[in-house]
Amino acid sequence: MWARLLAIITKELKQLARDRMTFGMIVMIPLLQLMLFGYAINTDVRHVPAGVVDLSQSSYSRALLQALSASQVVDFTHNYSSATAAERAITNGEVKAVLYLPADFGERLVNHPAFDSHRERSALTRPVAQWLVDGSDTMVAATIRALRTMPLDELADRSVNAVVPTFEVVEYFNPEQRSVVNIVPGLLAVILTMTMIMFTSAAIVREREHGNMEFLIATPVKPLELMLGKIIPYVLVGLIQVTIILCVGHWVFAVPVRGGLDSLLLASLLFICASLTLGLVISTIAQTQLQAMQMTVFVLMPSILLSGFMFPYEAMPSAAQWIAEALPATHFMRMVRGVVLRQAEVMSLGEDALWLLGFTCIGVLIASKRFHKRLG
Amino acid sequence: MTEAATSPEPTVAISASGLTRRFGDLVAVNQLDLTVPRGTIYGFLGPNGCGKSTAIRLLTGLLEPSAGEVTVLGQLLRGHEEALKSRIGYMTQKFSLYDNLSVLENLRFVAAIYGVRGQKGRDRIDELLQQYGLEHRCQQLAGTMSGGQKQRLALACATLHQPELLFLDEPTSAVDPQNRRDFWEQLFDLSAAGTTILVSTHYMDEAERCHRLAIMEHGFKRADGTPRELMQSMGATVIEVSGDGLRQLKQQLTVQTAVISASQAGSRLRVLVKDEQRDPLGLLQPFCGAHQLEIVRPSLEDVFVTCTGGRHVG
Ligand SMILES: Nc1ncnc2c1ncn2[C@@H]1O[C@H](COP(=O)(O)OP(=O)(O)O)[C@@H](O)[C@H]1O
Ligand SMILES: [Mg+2]
Repeated sequence: MWARLLAIITKELKQLARDRMTFGMIVMIPLLQLMLFGYAINTDVRHVPAGVVDLSQSSYSRALLQALSASQVVDFTHNYSSATAAERAITNGEVKAVLYLPADFGERLVNHPAFDSHRERSALTRPVAQWLVDGSDTMVAATIRALRTMPLDELADRSVNAVVPTFEVVEYFNPEQRSVVNIVPGLLAVILTMTMIMFTSAAIVREREHGNMEFLIATPVKPLELMLGKIIPYVLVGLIQVTIILCVGHWVFAVPVRGGLDSLLLASLLFICASLTLGLVISTIAQTQLQAMQMTVFVLMPSILLSGFMFPYEAMPSAAQWIAEALPATHFMRMVRGVVLRQAEVMSLGEDALWLLGFTCIGVLIASKRFHKRLG
Repeated sequence: MTEAATSPEPTVAISASGLTRRFGDLVAVNQLDLTVPRGTIYGFLGPNGCGKSTAIRLLTGLLEPSAGEVTVLGQLLRGHEEALKSRIGYMTQKFSLYDNLSVLENLRFVAAIYGVRGQKGRDRIDELLQQYGLEHRCQQLAGTMSGGQKQRLALACATLHQPELLFLDEPTSAVDPQNRRDFWEQLFDLSAAGTTILVSTHYMDEAERCHRLAIMEHGFKRADGTPRELMQSMGATVIEVSGDGLRQLKQQLTVQTAVISASQAGSRLRVLVKDEQRDPLGLLQPFCGAHQLEIVRPSLEDVFVTCTGGRHVG
């Protein structure tokens, strides 16, 4: 048993080492995805290109524009003479938002309670200015909407602490609220899902297509040995990828790893094994490598969309939550964010850990049962 | 090691009765009865698609038969496939070793799979490398070797665990004539050492080297026996006609019902006449006034053509 298993593992590793393309992918997929999600796909909206229609042309209006620019939320790149010109600019996509300052801006400002807290709210209180926003981009629109209650004390040359908030929000674990801190651990789940399932889903089919299987099934090799021999080498590959992702996350994106590395290793191992067995089951079903690839994508899409990587799990409708629960990625997402961001121990996430372990065992059994030493 | 054979040292390596395999409507192997004596080289001779590979896969337990029973090495195949796998060797028609592993790595892998371990395994691999002339190619990737070298590696892998019974599916199809001759020398060595060999081929000269053979067509076994028996009892007379105008003569002869086939070889026409015809020379005489007629010894090709009713000659 062990000698045969070892022989299969050695063989797989040698073949992997000689397959430059696959070997390159092991390193390139995590790097590329990290760059894409870390830099390009940034959900912290900053530097929205914006325009101004300033009909008041007062020192107050210039002070407001300065205060807004200083927040880095918007960059005022264009000036327009009228609301119509501004609308056209938004339609053309020149700017995403336009701040419209009416001619009586100064008067409105002085009457505004946020400017002068002693003044009672009266019939004269009106918003000081208007934002015209390209609402087709919900992310940008939401960011501008958040400016609605911007304090105006600064313009009145008063210290900013005059406003007493209703709630105090204490942000644990990600005080700067950078989304990359949440994305990098999530990427761990997405990248591992992608590569682990992809590698093993082709494993059995490839040998069939290359004709190796006919010789192999004529030998006394046992299905379980073959299945385990196909999985174990890729556990190593998975751990290499975890290391790459965490190192790049740490050095490039300054994502801290708060929990213990042992907890992280254990969680990753469980998830790697679960994904590999899922790929292996696919491999015993698919007839060609192309089919295996299609089935991989079929699993990959919900893993990206429903696992909590893109959208919070809690906000999804219950049907989607049911599907999500069936995906190993969801359980790992919970664990890895817990460990990396909240310093949780794997043991405190026992349910998810057990689920992944069970998934792996059942997966290996199904794959060995489904794999017959027969042709046709 | 493996379960003991049910009868001590049986003299029959393979016996099959009524072995049938269907793929949908197609019957790839049809009611095959087979007896392969131990220690012989047994041949399956037949054109492409006649069911040779399917028959071998049925006998190795890789395919399940639609009907029929097989006994291999004294043991019923059904239910004992796994136990028998360590006693048989199988060289597939298509090269089935790993192209991106070296010769040595392939051999080591196969040794580990068959449980030929430690010093015994290393000695066996050295022996095979030498026997099959692969010592200098140990480190070469299998995928980069020539047809003949691949074939020798495949044979080395199939015989590494010294199987009692060896199946070879068209082993020489990608190999030049010199290599084919050497290959058969190696088969006779194996046979002399006691290995029973079942080999499929579509080459007549190879079939002639077998101790016994079965002629197959469309999934049916048309005849079997030793090459000599087959030639003696083939039920047709072979007449060679020499002279000019053989093309027209051939056309005239092939329409005769008693003539199975007429095929040209150089300046001679080889005509097969059914044995029902009392006087074969007399039948041909009227057509060939100026030609010379001679009754000759039948070849295996003649047997094959007779068995298949002349359907497989050009
Ligand atoms: N797995 C299969 N599915 C369907 N038809 C098959 C299969 N394997 C073989 N056949 C058919 O069975 C017939 C015999 O094939 P095969 O045994 O490979 O012939 P040979 O080895 O003599 O060339 C062919 O017509 C082939 O198309
Ligand atoms: Mg064949």
